[in-house]
Amino acid sequence: MQKSLHIDPGKCTGCNQCETACAIENEGMVNPARSRIKVFNFHDEGRFVPYTCTQCDEAWCMHACPVDAIVLNPSNGSKDVLDDVCVGCKVCTIACPFGTINYNTSTGKVVKCDLCGGDPACAEACPTQAITYVDANATGLDKMRAWAAKTDNAAGA
Amino acid sequence: MSWTRKLLRVNLNTASITEEPLNMEWANDYLGQRGLATRYLVDEIDPACDALGPDNKFIMVTGPLTGTSASTGGRYSCVTKSPLTGTVACSNSGGHFGAELKFAGWDMIIFEGKSASPMYLNIENEVATLLPADDLWGKSVWEADKMIRQKHQDPQIRIACIGRSAEEGNLYGAVVNDLHRAAGRSGVGTVMASKNLKAVVVRGTQGLGGLADPKRFMESVKAGKQVLADNPVTGQGLPTYGTQVLMNVINEVGALPTRNMRETKFEGAAEVSGEAMHEPRKSDGKPNLTTNGACFSCTIACGRISTIDRTHFSVKDKPEYWINSGGLEYEAAWALGPDTGVDDIDALTYVNFLCNEDGMDPISFGSTVAAAMELFEEGVITTQHTGGVELKFGSAEALCQVAEMTAKGEGFGKDLGLGSKRLCEKYGRPELSMTVKGQEFPAYDPRGIQGMGLAYATANRGACHLRGYTVASEILGIPEKTDPLESTGKAGLVKAFQDATAAVDSAGLCVFTTFAWTMDDIAPQVDAACEGDWSTDRMMEVGERIWNLEKDFNQRAGITGADDTLPPRLLKEGANVGPAQGKVSELDRMLPEYYQLRGYSADGAMTAETRNKFGLPG
Repeated sequence: MQKSLHIDPGKCTGCNQCETACAIENEGMVNPARSRIKVFNFHDEGRFVPYTCTQCDEAWCMHACPVDAIVLNPSNGSKDVLDDVCVGCKVCTIACPFGTINYNTSTGKVVKCDLCGGDPACAEACPTQAITYVDANATGLDKMRAWAAKTDNAAGA
Repeated sequence: MSWTRKLLRVNLNTASITEEPLNMEWANDYLGQRGLATRYLVDEIDPACDALGPDNKFIMVTGPLTGTSASTGGRYSCVTKSPLTGTVACSNSGGHFGAELKFAGWDMIIFEGKSASPMYLNIENEVATLLPADDLWGKSVWEADKMIRQKHQDPQIRIACIGRSAEEGNLYGAVVNDLHRAAGRSGVGTVMASKNLKAVVVRGTQGLGGLADPKRFMESVKAGKQVLADNPVTGQGLPTYGTQVLMNVINEVGALPTRNMRETKFEGAAEVSGEAMHEPRKSDGKPNLTTNGACFSCTIACGRISTIDRTHFSVKDKPEYWINSGGLEYEAAWALGPDTGVDDIDALTYVNFLCNEDGMDPISFGSTVAAAMELFEEGVITTQHTGGVELKFGSAEALCQVAEMTAKGEGFGKDLGLGSKRLCEKYGRPELSMTVKGQEFPAYDPRGIQGMGLAYATANRGACHLRGYTVASEILGIPEKTDPLESTGKAGLVKAFQDATAAVDSAGLCVFTTFAWTMDDIAPQVDAACEGDWSTDRMMEVGERIWNLEKDFNQRAGITGADDTLPPRLLKEGANVGPAQGKVSELDRMLPEYYQLRGYSADGAMTAETRNKFGLPG
């Protein structure tokens, strides 16, 4: 079963555990500045929103890459950057409509979420299940359940 | 190492900034944050100095776990000599500022001297620069935050800032970071203002490497998070209701100080409780509470994100307050509500916004208003003094009016900015000030929760709930239930809470974790992150050393055992209702035993023996 990251901003408290976990997993250090997932705080609206790559099927970044440095990982559907192939041209960062692939000035390569190879650290670290790793074919299941619960079967009686 | 091992020294007389290695010998003895900065303060200032003079220093400090993934590992403190109390001041704050400072590569910033003109410190990793703040001076925290962001064009900076109240000399000015988290107590913001320092801006992208044992650290962090999630207080009560979960609980046990602590139960408590914040209001059907918010790395998320009813008199013509921002937490809600007799949750939320917007400690502000209301009732303060405000107990309008004045340091707000002790002295009724060592009480009546009386009387920064929170044991049964009406055995309980809290603060963690965590949950996280052996016993010893270092500072500042007391009201007037009815604080029964356990003299003085035992500076 292929899984995908599913984000429910309504559950996010803005604690940044996901950013920290991502940086530890992928950079070997606590450094939210290097996280592939970002939590945005819309202060005036009282909303926290985690955001990262959704692993588009026809990924703009992958198609834009002139050296084929971004490849599909068939095991989990992630689009992974091959560091030894990437030339740091940044065309992918222009192509991505969502801004979720970024250039790293210290390595000269681009970085993006690769679902940690199928066991995403952000979902594991999230204390409120705002970030979950679920069946890619049913990411809407929780929302469906919530709306189903609101169905008033007695209304017609 | 979980210290960056570097500190920034900023001399505001000469506008020079230097880098220094952290004194690791002191870090071994005092851990970090509260303890370590106090050690620096003791070394560098005369405790008898003028708190608002150039000889006082102002320290912003992180702990070894600040900026790590340990739950709540995001805390920093402002450490200095307090202008409100004359004691050591250590005010702790969450949000994201502390972690960012660590990611920029710094454990601590020491500010010394006084700038000739307003400045702010800008830190981008290893580069720190003092920049002019003439345009920011006279602006609120919220306005200054906007202006700084506009100027730097970097949405990811973190800002700690003072407001107009501190600039105008309000003695309980706070340092506000991330718009609504605050190093709130004891006037640390006023010290910052006295140095002509408006703000500290940080952007850190270097991260934190070199944990002593990363694998073991991650395992202990995960275990710790699970304990917090499984505990009913940290896993359910605090996320759902915030600290406001306490309003109805404390009222029920008859320990909710009401109308300047004259009474011990508030008839309007339910109206301003955590539960009430969830109730849909009539005007728009929305509750006061929008969501809960977390500080950096915190998996509890007790923070309140709230709105004010747009049709409420306080904001109906002020759309700038129709936003979400930091909502009521228990101590603030109590001081602004029950202690002033006001049961209007929108008025309280508005005043709480003002306290954040202009950097005022809401506990000290609310308690000072309560004292002023009693003086008004007695006819000592009149509308002549207040600029026409009918400062009556229970008046939401009056509360909002004087909050606006005090935030800007205008009119009668100047008097309220003195704090309760100086206000009551000024008007000739010192006995009406509900303070210890000049600091206003928080929200637990020591007649109904006996341990808290001793905790207040002996706290090294004046009346404070965050120095020895025996409410946990006496009311909530954590770690074990003790009888709140019984003073026997409380000396040991208070000491244990005081020592443990000093260690928790100094690690960079939040004391709220201790509703679920014991030192056996905390020590392994510190031990895995830091070099050396950090056992539970060592943490407790470090906590006790820190406590005694603070005590020693105060003693050198001229504070004696005679200051370890409570206002006559709490020692002589029995609680009016509730389980403690007729009971006073039995401080005199607890204090001798406490001094003995602490190794102080019978009159409460630090002894050479205790100083030597903990290796305190001579």
